[in-house]
Amino acid sequence: MTNANVEAGAQPLLELRGVNKSFGVVHVLHDVDFAVYPGQVTALVGDNGAGKSTLVKVIAGIYGRDSGEYLFEGAPVHVSNPRDVAALGVEVVYQDLALCDNLDIVQNMFLGRETRKGLVLDDMSMEDRARETLASLSVRTVKSVRQSVASLSGGQRQTVAIAKAVLWNSRIVLLDEPTAALGVAQTRQVLDLVRRLADRGLGVVLISHNMNDVFEVADRITALYLGQVAADVPVSSVTHNQVVELITAGRSGDLGIRDVAAATI
Amino acid sequence: MSTQSTSPAPYAPGPSLPESDFTGDGHSAATIGDAARDYVNRLRGGDMGSLPALLGLAVLFTVFALSHDKFLTTYNLTNLVIQSASIIVLAMGLVFVLLLGEIDLSAGVAGGASATITALAIIDHGWVWWAAVVAGLAIGVLIGLTIGSLVSFLGIPSFVVTLAFFLALQAVPLKLIGAGGSLRFNNEVLRGLSIKNVPVTAGWIAAVVLVVGFAGLSLWQHRSRMAKGLVHKPTALVAVQIAVFSGVVLGLTFMLSQNRAVNPEIFNISGIPWVAPVVIALLLFWTFVLTRTRFGRHLYAVGGNAEAARRAGINVTRMKIAAFVICSGMAAVSGILAASYTGKVSPGSGGGNELLYAVGAAVIGGTSLFGGRGRAIDAVIGGLVIATIPNGLGLLDQASYINFIVTGGVLLLAASVDAVSRRRRSASGV
Repeated sequence: MTNANVEAGAQPLLELRGVNKSFGVVHVLHDVDFAVYPGQVTALVGDNGAGKSTLVKVIAGIYGRDSGEYLFEGAPVHVSNPRDVAALGVEVVYQDLALCDNLDIVQNMFLGRETRKGLVLDDMSMEDRARETLASLSVRTVKSVRQSVASLSGGQRQTVAIAKAVLWNSRIVLLDEPTAALGVAQTRQVLDLVRRLADRGLGVVLISHNMNDVFEVADRITALYLGQVAADVPVSSVTHNQVVELITAGRSGDLGIRDVAAATI
Repeated sequence: MSTQSTSPAPYAPGPSLPESDFTGDGHSAATIGDAARDYVNRLRGGDMGSLPALLGLAVLFTVFALSHDKFLTTYNLTNLVIQSASIIVLAMGLVFVLLLGEIDLSAGVAGGASATITALAIIDHGWVWWAAVVAGLAIGVLIGLTIGSLVSFLGIPSFVVTLAFFLALQAVPLKLIGAGGSLRFNNEVLRGLSIKNVPVTAGWIAAVVLVVGFAGLSLWQHRSRMAKGLVHKPTALVAVQIAVFSGVVLGLTFMLSQNRAVNPEIFNISGIPWVAPVVIALLLFWTFVLTRTRFGRHLYAVGGNAEAARRAGINVTRMKIAAFVICSGMAAVSGILAASYTGKVSPGSGGGNELLYAVGAAVIGGTSLFGGRGRAIDAVIGGLVIATIPNGLGLLDQASYINFIVTGGVLLLAASVDAVSRRRRSASGV
C-alpha cells in the first residue's frame, strides 16, 4: 500500500548516504545507504556480524561516522551524540529493554524527562499522559499503569519500552529485535503495535532475524551482507527464500551484490 | 507513608468497553478486603517492606518486657528514643548509598571525625554552635565528595574505597584529640538535644499539626486522584492509614509527655526530647526528596538499572556522588547527635559498632542491600529495632559479648530476609 510512496519518490524521513565505519582495521560498514520512510516499517535484516547493530548505533548517534552523510527530512544534519538524535525525534528501543524493574510503568515511561510543578514531580499529569499514550496505541494488556515493571511479561515490557519511545512524539522508532525473547501471543501483540506505529505516520525500523515477522509487518527490506547493503527492496517484490539468500550469500538472482567475493571484511 | 504504593487489582475488562480502549486501568482495589488480599499477595511475593522490622520490634519488646520490669517504663522508653536517634540518622544516610547498590563502611568514622571538628570549633575556637555544626557537616560533605568521586570516576568498588576511608579517617580524631583523651561536648544547645525536652504544650501542638497535616495531605491526594480517575487506594484504607498514623504520633506524644522522673514528687522530667523533632524533620525532608522530586526518582532508577538510567539521559556519575555526599553528610549529623548523647567525643567515636548497627537498621527496615529499594522511614523503624537490643540487654546486665553476638545475629538475619525476599520477588515478579 504505502510502497507507492517510495516509487513516487517520497522523501525519506531519515537517510544515510555512503556511510563508512571502521573499528581499527575492521571495516564494518561499507558505503551503506539506508533510508526510513514515514508511515512505513523498514526491516533491517542480516546475519550476525553483518553490521546491523553498528548501523543502528550510528543512527542513534552512539558511534560517529568515518564518512558519509546523515540527512533528516532531506537536509543534512550534524549529529555527534545520542542527545542530538533524540532531539530530532529518533528513539531507539534496545533489545535488552532499557527499563527499571523497581519503577512502575508511568515512572519508566517518563524516566529522565519527568514533568514537574515547580520542584515537585507532577505524578498525576504523568499518569494521565502515560495512560493516554497506551490507549492511543490500543494497549490492552497491562492491568494498571501503576504496576511495577518487574511484574510484567516480556511482551508487556516490550510494549512499555515502545510506548515510552512514542510518548515523546517521536518521528522514527528503531526496534532492535523486539520479538527475540517472546512467545507466540506476545510476539503478536508487539507486531500489532509496530504496525500501528507505522499507521500513525511514524518511520519504523525493525531489526529482526525472524523472517515471518519481517514479512508480516515490513513494507521495505534492507538486507546487509558483511557490512554492505545487499538489497533495499519493497517487501512485495521479494520472496522469503530470496531474502534468506541475500542474508546468507549477499545475492539472489538479479538482486544483491554483484561481486560477492570482493565483499569481505 | 506509603503514598507511592498502589494495589494492583485483577484485570477485568468491562463488556461494553470498545476494542480500542485501554481497559483494565484506572482500577484500584475497590474495598479494604481487596486491598488486604493484595497486601498478602505482595508479602507472599517477597515484598516485605518494614513488616519484618515491626515483627522484630514486637518480639524484642515482649521478651525484654517479660524479663525486666523497668523496660517498659516511660523513663527507659524515652531513653530508647534518644539512643536510637544517632543510629537512625546514620541509617537514613546509608539508605541513599544502599539504594544504588553501593555501601559506605566509613560512615561511622566520618561521623566521628565530623563531631571532632564540631567539638574543636566550639572548645578551641569559641565558635557559635551552629557555625561549628556547619563546619562538621562540611567535613562530612567533603568526605562524601571524595568517596563518591573515587567510586564513580576511578571505578573502584565502594566496598574498598570506604574500607580505606574507614581506616584512614580514624586518624583524624586520634591526631586532633590525642590518644586516651576526649573532648567535652557540653554546648548548651547541642548537648541539650539529648538531655532537654520540648515543653509539653509545644510538643502536643506539634503532634496535632503533624497529624492534621498528614490527614489533610492524604485526603487531598486521595480526592484529586479519584476526581481525575487515576489509580487510587480504597477510601477505607486511607482512613485506616490516617488512624494508624494519628495513633502512633499521639500515643508517642502522650507517653513522652508523662513525668518520667525517678522521684516524680521532687523533679518533673517530661516532654519530647529535642532529638525527636530533628529526626522527624530529617525523615520528612528525605521522604519528600525520595518520593516527590526528580532527584529521588533518578536515584531509584540508577539503583534499579543503571544502564537504563544512563540511556534515559540521567547522569549516573553525578547521582552516585550525590548519594555518597548525602550519606557522609547525614553521618556528620549522626556523629554530632552521638556526641550530644554521650556528652563527649573520643578518638574511638564512630569506630565501633555504629556503622554495622546503621547498616543493620536500614536493612531490617526494608532497604535492600542489592539496590533499588529503600525508604527514609525504613531507617527509623530499623533503627528502633537495633537500638532496642543494647537497651534491653543493658537492663538485663548482660556481658557485652552477648550484645555483639545478638547484634551480629540480627544483621545476618536481616540480610537473609532481604536476600530471600529478593529471590521471591524475582520469581513472582512483584
